Amino acid sequence: MTYSLIAERLTKRYGDVAALDEFDLAVRAGSIHGLLGPNGAGKSTVVRAFSTLIDVDSGSATVAGHDTRTAPASVRRSIGLIGQSPAVDEILGGRQNLMMFGRLFGLGRDAARSRADELLDRFGLTEAGSRPVSGYSGGMRRRLDIAAGLILTPAVLFLDEPTTGLDPRGRSEVWATIRQIAEAGTTVLLTTQYLDEADQLADTITVMNAGRVVASGTPDELKRQLGADRVVVTVKDAADIDRVAASVRIDREPVIDLASLTVTVESPAGAAGLLRAVRALDAAGIEPEDLALRRPTLDDVFLSLTRKENA
Amino acid sequence: MTTPPAPSPALRNAWILTQRELLHWVRQPALPIFGLLFSIMLLLMFAFLFGGAIAVPGGGDYVTFLLPGMFTLTMLFGLEGTLQAMSTDAAKGITDRFRSMPIGSSAVALGRSGADLASSILNLAVLMGGGLLIGWRITSDVGSALLAVLLLLWLRFSLLWIGIFLGLIFRGPGATMAVQVLIWPIGFLSNVFVSPETMPGWLGAIAQWNPISATATATRQLFGNPTGVTSGWMADGGVLLAVAWPLALTLVFLPLSARAYRRLRR
Repeated sequence: MTYSLIAERLTKRYGDVAALDEFDLAVRAGSIHGLLGPNGAGKSTVVRAFSTLIDVDSGSATVAGHDTRTAPASVRRSIGLIGQSPAVDEILGGRQNLMMFGRLFGLGRDAARSRADELLDRFGLTEAGSRPVSGYSGGMRRRLDIAAGLILTPAVLFLDEPTTGLDPRGRSEVWATIRQIAEAGTTVLLTTQYLDEADQLADTITVMNAGRVVASGTPDELKRQLGADRVVVTVKDAADIDRVAASVRIDREPVIDLASLTVTVESPAGAAGLLRAVRALDAAGIEPEDLALRRPTLDDVFLSLTRKENA
Repeated sequence: MTTPPAPSPALRNAWILTQRELLHWVRQPALPIFGLLFSIMLLLMFAFLFGGAIAVPGGGDYVTFLLPGMFTLTMLFGLEGTLQAMSTDAAKGITDRFRSMPIGSSAVALGRSGADLASSILNLAVLMGGGLLIGWRITSDVGSALLAVLLLLWLRFSLLWIGIFLGLIFRGPGATMAVQVLIWPIGFLSNVFVSPETMPGWLGAIAQWNPISATATATRQLFGNPTGVTSGWMADGGVLLAVAWPLALTLVFLPLSARAYRRLRR
């Protein structure tokens, strides 16, 4: 099995704060890996270390077989970096941007032009190609930004929170683009704060917090790790919520959410748990607004992992 | 996967980055045009509004005294452009994109020099044209005049490194604001508009030692314009000083810029 990205015990300190604390990662070639974590977890630092923007204090990072410390130039020829804000020239047009970056990547003028046209076409920007980028929508800007990272068809593409600040439409455009890129064989490392984004796109996920790996695996593995289905009771009246919680407290502690008037309790027994909840509520004489059994989501995984971590 | 082409030499990449600036002019001509209008306005203001009240020590026409000073001041004001371009690229993540690409830091710096020198040449050309219209003349020979232009660009080149350095160590629009404010006293506390010989002693000394004054005096001498200098080392050593000052600035700020660029990796 080949890995396009390997990090071994990466450590990076800023003063007393460890941005990365013996961080390990292995991403299989051609897959999409999601790096998930709250703000300040160290996600961007991982990307910056892999893309040779920063030196780490210790540990090693390898990109497409090249060590970032000993062969940074080879790393730079193997990657595309898409940072947190679209790094494109606002005054130039889309085609001019791609041509400039193409020529900086070493393409001749004609090759750069035809590559630019190819990428504009692929990302649906042909029509906007000669307009200045300052007039682009957020989604268009992001797609151009991603296109600029794909000029040499890199072995690895880094996307640092690519959909932050985009509207739902822009988001789904970018998701489609990322899927396309991975299908073409490029390994993608994606950082995100959005669990559904990782769930939708990633083959494997690393959850990180305070510079360390908290959990890793496929989305399904992570959900299974948390195991149980959940029984969710929605009450009619906030006054009932404590009574409901008391009656469904079978062998797990329920989670009360006053905003949505729900009581959620893990049910290791699956549907049997739902049945028990119905009986308990009936015995207590409470008629719920709604009663449901749901599979754990990545949100649950994330919350439980980071809660454990911060405890 | 396409085979990555061989790494390109720094000069080729620098030229590509210079072209980026030229494309900016074509795409958004309003900005350079306003810059030029501002220079012209300043020129006319001093030539006609204040000029009548200013006497040049040692004699000579004020407009012909003023023009080389204005050329020099334009080089100083160019510093703002460098800083602005640097901080915009840093804020947009373009600096990081360049750093993640197989192009050297020297190409990025040389590209910035190319772009800024190009805009300075344009500025100089327009000011010279304006100067000729209001009576400024070159009374020396072609060689001296060319040397004067080279000295002006040499000053601009040295200030470039100050702009790059400040752009790398101060992030955000605050730094640009600070420079915009500070650049005025630095520009005015020189012999650009009036001869230091007319100032109180201590102020005149500061103005005389200002690197801007060295280039202004040297270009006045080389264009055959009145210098406003009647005695002292400035009268003889103008050209030498106009070579030495920018050299000293470059020797200090080029390594500092390179260091600041490396420190981005921290």
